[in-house]
Amino acid sequence: MDAITRPLESLGRATLKSLAGTGHAAMLLVESIGFALTGWRRGQPVRVPSVFEQMRQIGVDALPITALLALVIGIMLGIQFVAALSEFGAQSQVVIAVAKSVTREFGALITAILVAGRSGSALAARIGSMNVSQEVDALAVIGIDPVRYLAAPALFAMLLMLPALTIFADAIAIFGAAVYSAPALNVTPGAYISQTLALLTPGDIGQGLAKSVVFAILISLIGISTGFSVSGGAEGVGRATTRSVVLSICYIIVADMIFSFFLNR
Amino acid sequence: MVSSLPLIEVEKLEAWYGRRRILKNVDFNVHAGEIRVIMGGSGSGKSTLLRHLLGLHRPRSGTIKLLGVDIGHADEAQMLGVRRQIGVSFQGGALLTSLSVGDNVALPLREMTRLDENTIRIMSRLKLEVVNLGGFQELMPAQLSGGMIKRAALARAIVMDPKLLFFDEPSAGLDPVVSAELDELILRLRDALRMTIVVVTHELESAFKIADTITVLDQGEILMTDTVDKVRHANNERIQDLLNRRPRETPVDADAYLRRLTEEHAAPV
Repeated sequence: MDAITRPLESLGRATLKSLAGTGHAAMLLVESIGFALTGWRRGQPVRVPSVFEQMRQIGVDALPITALLALVIGIMLGIQFVAALSEFGAQSQVVIAVAKSVTREFGALITAILVAGRSGSALAARIGSMNVSQEVDALAVIGIDPVRYLAAPALFAMLLMLPALTIFADAIAIFGAAVYSAPALNVTPGAYISQTLALLTPGDIGQGLAKSVVFAILISLIGISTGFSVSGGAEGVGRATTRSVVLSICYIIVADMIFSFFLNR
Repeated sequence: MVSSLPLIEVEKLEAWYGRRRILKNVDFNVHAGEIRVIMGGSGSGKSTLLRHLLGLHRPRSGTIKLLGVDIGHADEAQMLGVRRQIGVSFQGGALLTSLSVGDNVALPLREMTRLDENTIRIMSRLKLEVVNLGGFQELMPAQLSGGMIKRAALARAIVMDPKLLFFDEPSAGLDPVVSAELDELILRLRDALRMTIVVVTHELESAFKIADTITVLDQGEILMTDTVDKVRHANNERIQDLLNRRPRETPVDADAYLRRLTEEHAAPV
């Protein structure tokens, strides 16, 4: 009997736990939006300077590494497309292939994975260690709602900065592809880039941006909610940090696939 | 000095963690101007009682009234009103590590009031002077010693001039001299700022020094609430065990013992 009930029991427990986690994350989103809209009337305003501070940490500080990664991805795509398409004598299609795959797919995906590793984990670690050292309790008893003080600024900063970083990564990646493929295609890099701009539609960039908004919500909610649910000291903080990165990247990739499917039918 | 108006009224409070009953039918009243010490060993439920009093846990059953407001059923605005009038100094200080000492002390003023920056700075420095940390506002919490962290946390707790101050384990982890200084500070606060103070501690010496009245908590039950002298001379065996640092003798229930050893999900008693 035990052989049947025990796996069922643990399945049930895991289901309940993941449902509770999703519910918690959804509640964080709703509460954050609530604080942004009506917080100032309830004595719980979301402070603009702390949103700016988070924007600096999440966005501006990530510019160099984003630029480096995007450049490398652009060069890599250039190499692959030049090699693959020249087999069919279709070198002229390299420009459009790079332009579409960067703006629709790689720009948003690479930026999101990078930010999940950089800022999603930092959010989980910061809120988790504050939770462990009773700083979250201290905020609550002072009368400062921890969601409005810790979660909302990070969420809104992420929502603003991830799309911005995505546009930036798109541009750098296309530049990287131009630097590699222009000589191979016998055009100047300038001509390559102006051809790219002529071929791209607003829809291509919009697709990447729409994804990045969804990724921003996923990264921040997963980071914040794992941070708030930390228990068990320093080890718990470490586990939450790892968990937030792994979960964020999994959700990002799955969401990306679903998005691509529906947007390209 | 002790008036008849109770600032804290707790009736029939029950608390559970899973299937473990932490607080059993607790009644608890604290009057204005009083220094009440909640005393008990580890696992007596004193931290759980404190967390309920602070509104960090909702009571499973029973009522908790702070300053006349039932915090189990208060709405957001009422709760905020209560929180403005209480101050809490946590066991580990719970200073925000990303802010300097001065910003930590100023935090409640910045977030909960509309005072201008100069007033806020002066008020927070004033409170740092009260706890003998004048001039330390630029330091970060990581640069402070244990005693200084407790005093900075105390400064933050009193910066809004609360009517009610909670102090969790003031002397835990401090050397005797520093902890004696902290006791003096608590007494001075009551006299100078007319606060009602609730201190949770397991340190007998400091409890006897600062308390007007003591509540002894043991295994989730209140054994007695009375003046220092009466607690000292209480007939209750468990209180005397606590006062004389005698190890407890827990009776062994043979059946329960066997069940715990052999069964997978036996409920802890």
